[in-house]
Amino acid sequence: MKPFTYERAASPAEAASAAARQPDARFIAGGTNLLDLMKLQIETPAHLIDVNGLGLDKVEPTQDGGLRVGALVRNTDLAADARVRRDYAVLSRALLSGASGQLRNRATTAGNLLQRTRCPYFYDTNMACNKRRPGSGCSALGGYSRQLAVVGGSDACIATHPSDMAVAMRVLDATVETVKPQGATRTIPIADFHRLPGDTPEIETVLERGELITAVTLPKPAGGTHHYRKVRDRASYAFALVSVAAIVQPDGSGRVALGGVAPKPWRSEDAEAEMSRGAKPVMAKLLAGAKPTEENKFKVPLAERALAAVLAEPRG
Amino acid sequence: MATPRENDVKRRTLMAATVATAAVGAVAARAGAQTTPPAASPSSPAGAAAPTLKVSFTVNGKPRDLDLDPRTTLLDALREGLHLGGTKKGCDHGQCGACTVILDGRRINSCLTLAVMHQGGEITTIEGLGTPEKLHPMQAAFVKHDGYQCGYCTPGQICSAVAVLEEIEAGIPSHVTADLNAKPALDDAELRERMSGNICRCGAYSNIVEAIGEVAGRKA
Repeated sequence: MKPFTYERAASPAEAASAAARQPDARFIAGGTNLLDLMKLQIETPAHLIDVNGLGLDKVEPTQDGGLRVGALVRNTDLAADARVRRDYAVLSRALLSGASGQLRNRATTAGNLLQRTRCPYFYDTNMACNKRRPGSGCSALGGYSRQLAVVGGSDACIATHPSDMAVAMRVLDATVETVKPQGATRTIPIADFHRLPGDTPEIETVLERGELITAVTLPKPAGGTHHYRKVRDRASYAFALVSVAAIVQPDGSGRVALGGVAPKPWRSEDAEAEMSRGAKPVMAKLLAGAKPTEENKFKVPLAERALAAVLAEPRG
Repeated sequence: MATPRENDVKRRTLMAATVATAAVGAVAARAGAQTTPPAASPSSPAGAAAPTLKVSFTVNGKPRDLDLDPRTTLLDALREGLHLGGTKKGCDHGQCGACTVILDGRRINSCLTLAVMHQGGEITTIEGLGTPEKLHPMQAAFVKHDGYQCGYCTPGQICSAVAVLEEIEAGIPSHVTADLNAKPALDDAELRERMSGNICRCGAYSNIVEAIGEVAGRKA
C-alpha cells in the first residue's frame, strides 16, 4: 500500500468537509473492497477518513411506513433484520447471495453501493483500463469478456457493477441520502445514483467530491412475492453472471431488475409492463439495446431463462 | 530430536527473524522464499516512513497497545506485532479465509481491515479459543474428524466454524435458508454455504462439515 494519513471522523458533516479539504481522501467503513484495491495500488488515497464511529448503524422505520437503513449497517445485520426479512425479502436474499459470511460482517450498506467493478482488466494494473487510468483504453473490448456487460456499456468500458444488494435496492425503489461538505443534504433515487460509463467510466456515481452517504431509505413495502435468483460459476461466494431481482404480484404484474449484465442495476418500467405476459417480452424490452460480445452473448438467453424460472414460482 | 512444539517455536522465530532482516539482500531473499510472503503486498510495510499511530485493543482477553504504521492490517498486527502466528496469511485479499478471526463477536477477514480501525475492539484468534492441553470443542472435533491435511487453513476454518454456529443460534439466515422467517436448520447444506468463505486447497471439506456438525449436535 502507498502511505496515507488516517483520521477518525466525529460527525457526518465533518467527515464530508474533511474529505473535500484533503486531496485524494477516501472514506473507509468496512474496507473490504477499498483495502483490497489499495494493496494492489489500484486505489492510492493519501488520506483515509474512518467513518465507522458515526453511529449510522441503525435500521429505523420512516413516517411513511418504510425503513431508513443507516449507511454503516453491516450487510449481515441488514439481511437478518426481521422487518427486512418479512417485508423486503428480495433485499435479504440479494445480500445473502453475495460475498462470504466474514465479508458480510464488515461490508456496509453504503460501501456495497460504492464497490468497484471486478472486471479482470480493472484489477490487472499491467493492462489498459479507462476506469482505472482514464484515456488508456479498454483491454476488455476484444479481451476476455465472459463476465462483462451486455447492455449499458460504451466503447470506453464494458465493466459490470458487482453488487447484488444494489439490484434489490433498485427493484425496491430505494433512495440514497447524503450530506455534502458544506452540510447540505440531498436524496438521490437509486435509479439515478450510478452512472453509465459513456466517455468517463472512471466516474461511477453522481456523488460530488466529499459527499457522504448517510442512509438508504426503502419506501413502504411493495407486497408480492420476492425473488433474487443469482446464476454464477459456483454455488456460493462468486459474482453473478446474471441475477434477477423480482417482485411478483398475485395478478402476475410486478417489477424486475437485473444484475451482472450492466454497469448499474438494470431495470426499465417499460419492460415491466410486459410481466404478466412472461419472461420473453420483458427481456425483449429490457435488453433491447444489448450489444453482447461473442463471449458473453450467453447472458441474454440466460437472463430470460432466469426470469422465466422466477415467474414459474408460486405467487403467494 | 525436537518435539513438534519446539519445532513450532523455531519456525515462528525464523519467521520473525525474516521480517527483521527483510532489507538484507540475498540471505533475506532466500528465507523469504521459504516463508512465501505474497509479492504484491509486503507483510510489514517498509520503505517510506508514515507517522505511526497508537491503537489499543484486547486480544484473547489481554489488553494490547501497539504503535503502528497506519497501513498495518489487523492480520499483520497480530502476526508481526504480537507474534500470534496462528492466524494465517493466505491470499491477503479476503478470498481464502485463512486470516479469519473473531472481532467483537463476529468472524471477519483480518487481512481486509486496518489495525488502527479497532481501537477498543475485542479480538479472538485461534490461540484464544483453546490450548494444546485444553482444546476448544471445535478444535477437538477437527482433530477427531481429520478436518485438515496441511493445516494452513485450519485456524481460519475453526474460528469461522465457531462463529457459524453462533450465527445459526442467533437466527441469522443464509443463502440456502428456505424460509427467511424461520430459525435456520443445522444441516450440511447450511454449514457448507456458511463456510464458503474458507477455502481448503487440500479438500478436507467433508471432514470439516462432519466436525462442525458434531459440535453443533452437542450444543443442540
